[in-house]
Amino acid sequence: MNKQTTKVLLVDDEPHILVALEYLVKQEGYQVFKASDGESALDLVQQQSPQIVVLDVMMPGIDGFEVARRIRNTPEHQDTRIIFLTAKGTPADRFQGYATGGEVYLTKPFDNKELINTINEVVEFG
Amino acid sequence: MQPILIISISIGYVALLFFIAWMADKREAAGKSIVKNSAIYALSMAVYCTAWTFYGSVGRAATTGLGFLPTYLGPALLAPVWWLLLKKIILISKSQRITSIADFISSRYGKSTFLGVIATLVAVLGIIPYISIQLKAISSSFDLLVGEAATSHADVPFYLDTALYITIALAAFTILFGTRNLDPNERHGGLVAAIAFESLLKLVAFLAIGLFVTFGLYDGFGDIFNKGAAVPSIRALFTLESAGLNGWEWFWLLFLSMSAVMLLPRQFHVAVVENTNAGQVSRASWMFPLYLLLINIFVLPIAVAGLMMFPEGGVEPDSYVLSIPLAAGYETLALFVALGGFSAATSMVIVAVIALSIMIVNNLVLPGIVRNQDFRQDNPYSINTSLLGIRRICIVLVLLLAYAYFKAVGEQYSLVSVGLISFTAIAQFVPAVLGGIYWKRATKKGAIWGLSIGFLIWAFCLPFPTLVETGLVNDRVMLEGLFGWGLLQPYALFGLSGYSPVANAAFWSLALNSFIYIVVSLNTQQSPLEISQADLFVDIYKYRSGGSEYEVMRRRAKVRDIRILMNRFLGVPRAQSLLTAYENRHRVDLSRQQTAEANLINYAETHLAGAIGAASAKIIIGSIAKEDPISLEEMFKVLEQTKEIVEYSKALEKKSAELERTTLQLKQANEQLKELDRLKADFITTVTHELRTPITSIKALSKIMLDNRNMPEEQRAEFLSIVVTESERLTRLINQVLDLEKIQSQPEDLKLEPLDLAEVARQAFNGLRQLMRDKGIVPELIIKDAPVPVYGNFDRLTQVVVNLLSNAIKFADDEKGQVHLRCYQGAKGGYIEVQDNGPGISPRDQELIFEKFTQISDSDKGKPQGSGLGLFITHTIVSQHQGRLSVESAPGEGATFKVTLPLYTEQPGHTVQPSLQ
Repeated sequence: MNKQTTKVLLVDDEPHILVALEYLVKQEGYQVFKASDGESALDLVQQQSPQIVVLDVMMPGIDGFEVARRIRNTPEHQDTRIIFLTAKGTPADRFQGYATGGEVYLTKPFDNKELINTINEVVEFG
Repeated sequence: MQPILIISISIGYVALLFFIAWMADKREAAGKSIVKNSAIYALSMAVYCTAWTFYGSVGRAATTGLGFLPTYLGPALLAPVWWLLLKKIILISKSQRITSIADFISSRYGKSTFLGVIATLVAVLGIIPYISIQLKAISSSFDLLVGEAATSHADVPFYLDTALYITIALAAFTILFGTRNLDPNERHGGLVAAIAFESLLKLVAFLAIGLFVTFGLYDGFGDIFNKGAAVPSIRALFTLESAGLNGWEWFWLLFLSMSAVMLLPRQFHVAVVENTNAGQVSRASWMFPLYLLLINIFVLPIAVAGLMMFPEGGVEPDSYVLSIPLAAGYETLALFVALGGFSAATSMVIVAVIALSIMIVNNLVLPGIVRNQDFRQDNPYSINTSLLGIRRICIVLVLLLAYAYFKAVGEQYSLVSVGLISFTAIAQFVPAVLGGIYWKRATKKGAIWGLSIGFLIWAFCLPFPTLVETGLVNDRVMLEGLFGWGLLQPYALFGLSGYSPVANAAFWSLALNSFIYIVVSLNTQQSPLEISQADLFVDIYKYRSGGSEYEVMRRRAKVRDIRILMNRFLGVPRAQSLLTAYENRHRVDLSRQQTAEANLINYAETHLAGAIGAASAKIIIGSIAKEDPISLEEMFKVLEQTKEIVEYSKALEKKSAELERTTLQLKQANEQLKELDRLKADFITTVTHELRTPITSIKALSKIMLDNRNMPEEQRAEFLSIVVTESERLTRLINQVLDLEKIQSQPEDLKLEPLDLAEVARQAFNGLRQLMRDKGIVPELIIKDAPVPVYGNFDRLTQVVVNLLSNAIKFADDEKGQVHLRCYQGAKGGYIEVQDNGPGISPRDQELIFEKFTQISDSDKGKPQGSGLGLFITHTIVSQHQGRLSVESAPGEGATFKVTLPLYTEQPGHTVQPSLQ
């Protein structure tokens, strides 16, 4: 799959984390979009139909779980793959993450390589 | 008549009795007891009517006219109050498993062994003359039937004496009847049935001879009395005075018979010990008097007929009932009447001797045997067998004593006069028994002294003179008094003369007995056990359902020892079933218990008492139990407590209401604690989450720089500056968490001192002035020259102002930022106000901002920088100064945070305590 044409949406309310994420994903060759809250994330999903969404959970306004749920409930975005990247790490949180339609659940602080590998794998194997 | 015929008939009769007893036992075992019948109970009480009644009443009537009557009038007069008196005694005896009248008295007065011994001696010595007259009646009726009326038993050698053989036969008979087995409760259903049958038989026999005389030999009552009245000596009999009976005499005869019908050992045995149901008393109290009436109807006609048939004397009036049919040639009737007399005598002997033997064994023999024995050795042999052996020996001994008395003196006295000697002895129990069940204050010493003195007077006044007349004692005593003192003449004690010896003896013995009993009781103390027994006896209706309410002894014993004791004294099967019953009732498993609780010890003692008497049971239990008697003081404490129960319950109600309140408070406190705990957990979760965020950026960016050595310089610089910022954020967060921890957990470290709040404001403002300018904010400090005195901690208050200023800086308008700091003294305290021109705070958020980690996001600016702890810390510090932190704001109009602190006034002793918020 061509990485240049693969759209990755990064969602986090911490601008500095977004900076790091953007650098890493862009360096890997993907097309990057950014959002710092759930509302704008959903707008971008609607506009760009990204293949991958890297999603934070604790955000002002609509939280990450709700964003995931709404994406899953939209028929045209059934193929969008969601990777949770959050500081919430309890088993209950993980369960909720998978329940709302997340593909992978990663916790902060994350490992750069692991994150990129995960994105690559999801892109490659769907 | 052939002796062999009489003997065969007697043996046949005895066999019939055995058959009846056997049948009754069998039915009882099958659960269809006939002994529970009230009529049987009343008939068994008619064991009161002995040979004395059967033969003696007619004899007495022939010599003293109506003089025979008081003996039956007394019980009949007493019967109506049996439901009160007898029922109470029965209930007490059932609850205490009393085995005899001596046991009853001993048990009432602290289960005293000594008192049991005295009571037993009184009973045995008192009854022996009575038994002797039964022997006399049987043997003389035998003599009459075989036609040897003239022989005197005193003159024949004992081995030729029919009376001796009768005695031996009676002993064998009694042993067979009464000691076949050792019933734990001394109840013998078969015996009672046989006795009831004997009562029926003697009544029928007496009615038969009465009817024969009145309607066979004469033409009805009128005919007899008319013909009798024709004889002057007979007519004289029908006046009370000429019979030598006046009111005084009658009173004592009535009194003696009243006490006898309840307290004679055999009466006590059938009426109390053998009683199966206290409810039977009510019916018996009219059936029994009816029986007495029936058996007395023909006494006078027979007596008159006898006097007319044998005018020249030579025939003993006591034997009229036999002599009349014999003289009239009706041998078969005579034989039947003799059988009635035999039944009257045997029933008395059997029951009396059994009752006495129980008494002797339980109160004389056993206490001596068990006192120094250790029954803890697990001996497979039940002591039952040896007890039965001892009891058999007692039976033989008592009967031989009675025979000896008969040989020595019995023959020279009429049946009734000897019987009255026994009645007077038994009447000595009256004060101790009556006082025992109605007067709690009565003491053991009182009972011992009263009974002893009464018994000694009785012995001196009645049996002693009979010994004189037999020549065993010098007759000078009778005339000159004991030791030559005129006052100590048996028949005229203390100078009282002119009355019959029985009335005299009864008066003196009972008067002194009662007097000493009362006086000594009033002047002696009761032991704790006496107090509790007295309570149980007097208030039996209160304690009916269970045992004593309070313990007298704190006793401790091993379950194993108790089991062994019960096995040995009650037999293994009985002991086992009793213990199983106990386990079921109390829901315990005794095999798992080492130490027996007080309940079990009392249970065991009561059931042992049923077999061996209260005093012996107490001694035996004492041998295995350690006793810590409860002192009188403790006892009174317990009693007082009972009195205080009413007050106490009131207080309790109050207490329970208080308790409810406290419980509610505790519940609330608990909820608060739980909430705090939950908050703490939340806090930790939130803190760790807050820590992860800066670390995530730092880690990710550092790794990027490490992996990309040739990244552009500007980008590296940007990343590095983010790393520095996030590191500072991390540091700030950690510091604030530590601050908060310190402020919250150690408020006592807060050192408060008088200070100028304006100075605090000035220093904080100056510290941040440069920062504000850098951010393009126009700062303004509005203070007056006058100090604002408050009582507080300088560093903490500075932290408050700095926090508020930092917030204001953070939220002030980006373009034209304005931050105002005011400090002034108002009417209610010192004030600090921090005002910004930022976006303002919605009313909903105003409630949240002082909570931990609450960060109000702005849709434009996103999440504000900061830990979310600043305002919370500020609020905590202000609270600790007993101040107030509030906010005034509206969206779009900026926010004003206002701190109010109490003013410091230089009054002595004025301090502001740090509040433990």
